[in-house]
Amino acid sequence: MRGIDLQVEAGEVFAFLGPNGAGKTTTVEILEGYRKRSGGEVSVLGEDPERAGRAWRGRIGIVLQSCRLDPYLTVRESLSLYAGYYASPRPVDEVVELVGLGGKAGERTGKLSGGQQRRLDVGMALVGDPELLFLDEPTTGFDPQARRQAWEAIGGLRELGKTVFLTTHYMDEAQQLADRVAIIAGGEIVARGTPEDLGDRDSQPTVISYRGPDGEEVTLSTTTPVQTLSELTGRALVEGIELEGLEVRRPTLEDVYLELTEQGAGK
Amino acid sequence: MSLVLHQLRYDQKAFWRNPAAVFFTVMFPVVLLLIFATVFGGKTIDVDGGIETTAYYVPAIITLAVISATMQSLAMSLVIAREDGRLKRGRGTPLPAWVFIAGRVGNAVVVALLMLGLIAALGRVLYGVAIPWGELPAILVTLVVGAAAFACLGIALTAAIPSQDAAAPIVNALLLPLYFLSGVFIPDDELPQGVIDFANHFPVRDFFQAFFNVYLPGGQSGVDWGNLAVVAIWGVAGLLLAVRFFRWTPRGG
Repeated sequence: MRGIDLQVEAGEVFAFLGPNGAGKTTTVEILEGYRKRSGGEVSVLGEDPERAGRAWRGRIGIVLQSCRLDPYLTVRESLSLYAGYYASPRPVDEVVELVGLGGKAGERTGKLSGGQQRRLDVGMALVGDPELLFLDEPTTGFDPQARRQAWEAIGGLRELGKTVFLTTHYMDEAQQLADRVAIIAGGEIVARGTPEDLGDRDSQPTVISYRGPDGEEVTLSTTTPVQTLSELTGRALVEGIELEGLEVRRPTLEDVYLELTEQGAGK
Repeated sequence: MSLVLHQLRYDQKAFWRNPAAVFFTVMFPVVLLLIFATVFGGKTIDVDGGIETTAYYVPAIITLAVISATMQSLAMSLVIAREDGRLKRGRGTPLPAWVFIAGRVGNAVVVALLMLGLIAALGRVLYGVAIPWGELPAILVTLVVGAAAFACLGIALTAAIPSQDAAAPIVNALLLPLYFLSGVFIPDDELPQGVIDFANHFPVRDFFQAFFNVYLPGGQSGVDWGNLAVVAIWGVAGLLLAVRFFRWTPRGG
């Protein structure tokens, strides 16, 4: 890790996006106070996580990357156990509803599906009514339905006015959930911004492709797509040929992300 | 303190709903008592001028049950919780570490006390082994000191256990031979002196002696401070190792 410089504002959902091994968990564990840093300055809710005490931990909520619950306690009991740790917890039944486990409150956690367990993880982090939540790869390894469920629970945090620091290696997850995104690769931040203007997508070249007369794939990369396309089709009209499989493609966020992280990893 | 009770309440719930924990901690000692009493019953053991086999095995099995409820149960359940990430999650809350540990140790001591009652009652009802009511304070002191010491040893042992799968083999590899060598399974009068001398280096033997001496009718009256002190020293050593080496974060992936 070097030169990570981040500022997260109160009330926003911030996504820390990067491939596996990029340093996301290391960073978040430093912010959570689990890990000592070798240098630099860190301030979370005005305190240094390495030295912060009980009162500070009462103001944050943590969803770890992988963590099971006590399988022999029910959903409500698990939340009640944790509620007892905090000075002013949220009512347990309210948390159950917030994370959409209303019908499962009496169910033992060992019997929940992956998506339900993850929503309960969010509930466990929420029951102390923290100001700031850390979510480390909240949907890694989930099927689409479980991801959707987890996203709904996380989306609900925004409505509660919580600040959320989220790590993920899924572009679409950052797009779906975050107000702002920073992309990390090879221990460095390679891009930051809103999901919409990330990586300066507007100035990236447009790709035009078609099959030539002999069936070969032709690909053109251009920053002036209208002009290029006009020339191309004009010539085709004059020559009286069809451009088979003509396609005009703007770079997707996925393309931008892959390009940025490859650059970062190559450094 | 109310937070310790809060933690203890949920630890108790989770314990009694866990079939493996209940079987190995509660049922297994009962089964052992029934087997030993059935197989070796009616004989006399040449200890303290000759006593009934069953009178020997009741305090022996209580010793085993206390160690099982504390050292064995804690070492296994803490490693499972650690590798599940539950200890790490707990460290991210305002719960003080000592409260969490106190809840778990409290849970172990509660179960150990229940096992004392259960095995003593079975011994009395099934085999007519008298319960030494007059020695009850000394019995409780011995049991609580032993339970606390073996709880500390169990917590310290977790540092040497790398994974959930390794927990049961490591704990059993340590304790099972010591039960055999310390007179818990095989009576003292059938053990060669060399074996007993060897076992004397380990706290299972000291605790067994301390408990046996206080439980045996007509035995030494009052707490056997000599043997109990050795147990307590082991416990303090375990505590120091635990403070130094205990991990809250998973060791595997």
